[in-house]
Amino acid sequence: MPERLLEEITENLSDDDLGLLLLIRHFERKLLDLFGQGLVQGTTHTCLGQEYVPVALAPLLDERDFVFSNHRGHGHYLARFRDPYGLLAEITGREGAVCGGVGGSQHILSGRYLSTGIQGESLPVATGVALHLRDAEPGVLALAYVGDGTWGEGAVYEALNMAALWRLPLVVVTENNGIAQTTPTSAQLAGTIGDRARAFGCRFLHVDSRHPHEIRDALRPLFERTRQGAGPLVVEFATHRIGPHSKGDDTRSAEEIRHARDHDWYPRQGGSPRFARLDAEARAFVEVVAGEVLARPLSGREG
Amino acid sequence: MRVAESLNRALHEVLAEDPSVRVLGEDVLDPYGGAFKITKGLSSRFPGRVLATPISENGIVGVAGGLALAGGKAIVEIMFSDFVALAFDQIVNFASKSVSMYGRPLRLPLIVRCPSGGGRGYGPTHSQSLQKHFIGVPGLAVYEVSPFDDHRELFGEMLALGEPCLLFEDKILYTRRLFGDGVADDLFQYDLLPGSGGVTRVYVDDPGQADCVIIAPGGVAHRALAAMRTLLLEREISCLLLVPRRLYPFDVTPLSPLLERAGAVVVAEESTAGGTWGAEVAHQVHSRLWGRLRRPVSLVHSAAGVIPAAAHLERDVLVQDTAIVRAVQELLT
Repeated sequence: MPERLLEEITENLSDDDLGLLLLIRHFERKLLDLFGQGLVQGTTHTCLGQEYVPVALAPLLDERDFVFSNHRGHGHYLARFRDPYGLLAEITGREGAVCGGVGGSQHILSGRYLSTGIQGESLPVATGVALHLRDAEPGVLALAYVGDGTWGEGAVYEALNMAALWRLPLVVVTENNGIAQTTPTSAQLAGTIGDRARAFGCRFLHVDSRHPHEIRDALRPLFERTRQGAGPLVVEFATHRIGPHSKGDDTRSAEEIRHARDHDWYPRQGGSPRFARLDAEARAFVEVVAGEVLARPLSGREG
Repeated sequence: MRVAESLNRALHEVLAEDPSVRVLGEDVLDPYGGAFKITKGLSSRFPGRVLATPISENGIVGVAGGLALAGGKAIVEIMFSDFVALAFDQIVNFASKSVSMYGRPLRLPLIVRCPSGGGRGYGPTHSQSLQKHFIGVPGLAVYEVSPFDDHRELFGEMLALGEPCLLFEDKILYTRRLFGDGVADDLFQYDLLPGSGGVTRVYVDDPGQADCVIIAPGGVAHRALAAMRTLLLEREISCLLLVPRRLYPFDVTPLSPLLERAGAVVVAEESTAGGTWGAEVAHQVHSRLWGRLRRPVSLVHSAAGVIPAAAHLERDVLVQDTAIVRAVQELLT
């Protein structure tokens, strides 16, 4: 798909889509801020620059579909549930946490949404879920988000093999941001993801666009075919991570970071009046969320 | 009935009674029915519910975890338990974690069957007893097949637990007879230790009058019995054998009165020494009965090394009844 002008990305979106993009952006900026203040433990992996992927996919998914997320999952969760209170409470161990504060940023289960912190681990599990869905709930699919680095794991290939053999309703979404923690994709991935997917007979689509409408138009029929029994679909988004892998571990050169920032959907010049209004609203909302959640008592745990 | 048939029959009954159960594994379909025939007849009788998989142990266990997550139940066959090492991530980092890491209990009914142990000449990578690597993982129960057990009940218990379970099946048992009617042989009788949650006790006349207690999982039971026979007939030493159905979590409490009365305890298992199930049991016994034992609990293991293929070399390495006899004698002198 051809590259569109960056401004078009945000200007052609509905208030709802744009509001969701901005919610994820400001939520994660706030997280980094809280991390800096020592209010977030451990680590946190932000998806700054990649928010448009789950926002684009959200309306293609039914609530009966299973979604599997990974270590970089805040955007995936917010795009599905729009629940910044539960997520921030989870990350900061406060009352109302989605998983009681046990799972934290990387291990979340809510309805038919599950994230795990180990690369590739979710793909065999998603394959098992897809097997169940194929037989018990035809038309429903399992979607798993992975990164380009995940393709180093053998579990990916074991899962794709079975999913293709059994024609399972599985969609593997690869967010290829060109870097696995600090290792450039070119130094850790031989060949291409497309060729690897096609080697298993999986349908494959490479997506350069960052425009949610274009992405939806391209993927809607492919998702539909997967629902109807055409077997697994692998989608590769060429995307850019403008933040560090986790916190303070960005080893990229200034030029590489500038290159990533050049591809950010968030307009550097402030955007249109509508953008400015929604941006201010999202920022203010996240401040309210953070103030409210951080004032809550620490989470208890159940069971 | 042989133990292999008993396990096969139990699986038939489980699948017949619960339509949500699926069986997955390599080469499990008819007419082959699995490398040890434990799944024989299942795919013919329950088409679509028995899946032959690629050689992908980690993938298969992950798929089983997904089936369980989506509301089903799954029983996986690992062809040789040695290969379960390939599924370590899915077992330890996914299935056993998932029952609690999401802040609330999650049911994940999943059984991974692991044909284990030596004595059949399969060599170093097809003969190991890897139980110890899975002991002490919260959310992961470890069971072992015993020739005294009701295997239908065993599968029922594991599925009802709602947690991932590993079931070790010592291959040497497959062709052995399943004990019945409380009779082990002409000398020994057996029953379930009341209140023990599935510990079989094997004894001569009175389980409370033993000179020594041997604790051993199912795969070692015949060797323990042979040792008990030698000790009784040649040394007039009477032993009580305790065979737990579940190795982990393990609670020694219901066994304590019997252990205290004997004052001498041997734990025998086929694994190599070091970080073992037996050491875990011994620690519990020591913590509870320290000062009331004649000597520290004695552990019997296989030799520290690979398991050779040639029968005479393999015998030298694996735990034999003679090692158990020796351990009991040393404990009582």
